[in-house]
Amino acid sequence: MTPDLSRRGLLLSSGSLAAVPLTGPTEAQSHDTMPATPMAAPTLWRFFTADQASLVAAMVDRLIPPDAEFTGAVGAGVPQFIDGQLAGAWGSGARLYRLGPFAEGTPEQGYQLPYTPAELYRTSLSLVADWVRGGYGSRFEELDPRLQDEALRSLESGEAGFSELPSDAFFETLLANTVEGFLSDPMYGGNRDMVGWRMVGFPGPYAGYVNLLDRHGLNFNRPPRGIAEALREHAQHHAPTLQR
Amino acid sequence: MAQRLPEVDVVLVGMGWTGALLAKELTDAGLKVVGLERGRARQTVPDFQSPTMHDELRYAVRHGLMLDPSTETLTFRNFTSQTALPIRQLGSFLPGVNLGGAGVHWNGQTWRFQESDFVLRSHLRQRYGEDIIQDGLTIQDWGLTYAELEPFYDRFERICGIGGIVGNLRGEIQPGGDPFEPPRSNPFPNPPMPQPYAAALFARAAEQAGAHPFPVPTANLSRPYTNPYGCAMQPCNACGFCERFGCEHFAKASPQVCVLPKVLGHERFELRTGSTVTRVNYDRQGKRATGVTYINGRGQEVEQPAAIVALCAFSYHNVRLLLLSGIGTPYDPRSGEGTLGKNYTYQTMSGVSVFMDPDVNLNPYMGAGALGTAVNDWNGEAFDHSGLGFVGGAYIAAYQTGGRPIERHPVPQDTPRWGAGWKQAVRRHYNSTLSLTVHGSSMPHRGNYLDLDPTYRDSLGNPLLRMTFDFPANDRLMSDYVTDRAVDIANRIGGKVEAARRTGLYSVVPYQTTHNTGGAIMGQTPRDSVVNRYLQHWDAHNLFVMGACTYPHNPGYNPTDTVGALALWAARAIRDDYIGNPRPLVPA
Repeated sequence: MTPDLSRRGLLLSSGSLAAVPLTGPTEAQSHDTMPATPMAAPTLWRFFTADQASLVAAMVDRLIPPDAEFTGAVGAGVPQFIDGQLAGAWGSGARLYRLGPFAEGTPEQGYQLPYTPAELYRTSLSLVADWVRGGYGSRFEELDPRLQDEALRSLESGEAGFSELPSDAFFETLLANTVEGFLSDPMYGGNRDMVGWRMVGFPGPYAGYVNLLDRHGLNFNRPPRGIAEALREHAQHHAPTLQR
Repeated sequence: MAQRLPEVDVVLVGMGWTGALLAKELTDAGLKVVGLERGRARQTVPDFQSPTMHDELRYAVRHGLMLDPSTETLTFRNFTSQTALPIRQLGSFLPGVNLGGAGVHWNGQTWRFQESDFVLRSHLRQRYGEDIIQDGLTIQDWGLTYAELEPFYDRFERICGIGGIVGNLRGEIQPGGDPFEPPRSNPFPNPPMPQPYAAALFARAAEQAGAHPFPVPTANLSRPYTNPYGCAMQPCNACGFCERFGCEHFAKASPQVCVLPKVLGHERFELRTGSTVTRVNYDRQGKRATGVTYINGRGQEVEQPAAIVALCAFSYHNVRLLLLSGIGTPYDPRSGEGTLGKNYTYQTMSGVSVFMDPDVNLNPYMGAGALGTAVNDWNGEAFDHSGLGFVGGAYIAAYQTGGRPIERHPVPQDTPRWGAGWKQAVRRHYNSTLSLTVHGSSMPHRGNYLDLDPTYRDSLGNPLLRMTFDFPANDRLMSDYVTDRAVDIANRIGGKVEAARRTGLYSVVPYQTTHNTGGAIMGQTPRDSVVNRYLQHWDAHNLFVMGACTYPHNPGYNPTDTVGALALWAARAIRDDYIGNPRPLVPA
């Protein structure tokens, strides 16, 4: 019913959990041959190639850009979130009916492409990279933000016109995954430091409020905590007493 | 060659709400009952535990508790002139799977239908004349009355521990309740939960508009309670993870909490999980069901003979199983002949948002599935339809089911879909947007129906169900009319008001409700219905069909209370009348 659902006929959004928690950035490697100055921690991508990750990062940081108070999609770990989703069961098309025959259908009939999410990203990212290079003469990452937004709008409207698949199908999936990565539990690799939850004022998933329901207008500003923090508290609460 | 098992008294297909209720009532009657569940077993402990259950991505967005469409889905089209295509990922509605079915992940909004709903065709013609029912609407009477069903509503609400304020006690209107509800024989077993800020703001504005607000009857428990089966429940703590989630607190009524503790382990009950029923076996000459055939967890075909077969799967799954079994006459939309698949209906939803000042703290995450306040002034026959051009209606409710932010981050319609403007708007409106639900009826239309798809198959190779559906003009007029009433109330709350109206064709993409009804409807004769008033199949007196598929139309209320009441009503007929003398309980 909400306006942001109105275009979801094209959207690949359903699938089962990719139940594997993401590894965050790894610790900087120490090695005899490495220079003495510390290097930035390399990100280990499970699905994306380095080029694909670079392109995705540039795109999602325009969808949710950083501002003075709250970081954007890249700062929130959205590329790592999407990488984990695509490497897992959802990316492989779990919970997607995949038998043919395939036909285009109407918007009311929903997603009808033969691509799994992983296939949709792989195919689209290659098409987007080539299309930007052809149309703008450089990589998407190197474009001025104004031109990046223009290119994204062409993908969104379908004007980018790829033959293999409609560009808006990819755009809608990317946009949905970006919002998911910004606002889901941090255990999936996005919403780093709970930036999305802090931004809106969502206190996280583990709480009971029944005694506060009739305190109308209460300014409830407890810092958010995620499933991992709640689990730790839960474990401490139920720590076995040492015998002997 | 199927393995053939010894006959049992009763075989139940599906172990959600209706399967659990029949299992309890019929084992109590001394019958040996086998429950077949295609999914796996699950219980509050260890399957629904905090904090891991409170995972919006896994359960609400990726549908962790729902039926996997890669094993079985439906095909869909708006009109018969189109080619139906498979619903490749879940969207508009979310069928459950596994023990407890959708009774695990429902919200707990527990409504009775109006007295007029059970005799709708007769009532409308008497009150307004012949012309009130638009051409093409196949509205009919249900074959039983509200007064007959009332004790079973009462019983189901006691089994669930419903909280609320009675509005009509044996015909006497009571303060604080719904004055338009049908008469109740008893008050609710429990009080309502405390109402949040948004509900209070809505209630005040609704009263100013001349309407009659009351707390929604809730299956989220307001205090510790033990139900008539002896099952203990605990109070809801308003965690905000109810719909699409399993409750870890024993605080939301479900088969697991309210019924199954007294069924599982019972000497006359056997649960078989991983058992997908593919056919009801039918003796056409004898007009009897002989049992069911299912595929067990090892992929083997098993035949389970039974003296009584009851279909207890989700609404349209029951319809599909009847079609696959060749029992009854499939409906033909061209001729209007046949009854199986006829009168498929849904729920006509719209909404209104009030974007309030940013310093208003509504705290939407302080939620529960049925937490909220509603008005029924424009639902069903609570208001005069003379000259309006439609029948039916809707309730308007300010629900606060939870503030899970991936799916709930309301922004005004002129907000950019992404970028800095979107980000600012999400931040600005998250905690100060009040949402009203307009929950409307769905009238049957001769072009809306269910049959088997000619092309697409499930993972076992059987045809998928095909849904042909669009909202009839009657329901669009109704929705607009009641949405206008909701806008009027919203304007009195204070803020920027925007309506999301019921426009365009029905789409299977955005979530609306899992209130899929009709297709195996009840009625007074075999010419107009699949089952009689006891949910007994006209073509096989030992075959009973449970659930919302038996509704001839879908009133403007959530369907579960009536699903439970009808199951208990049918169980009583089987116990007290059928077992001693098996026969058609209504002459054809």
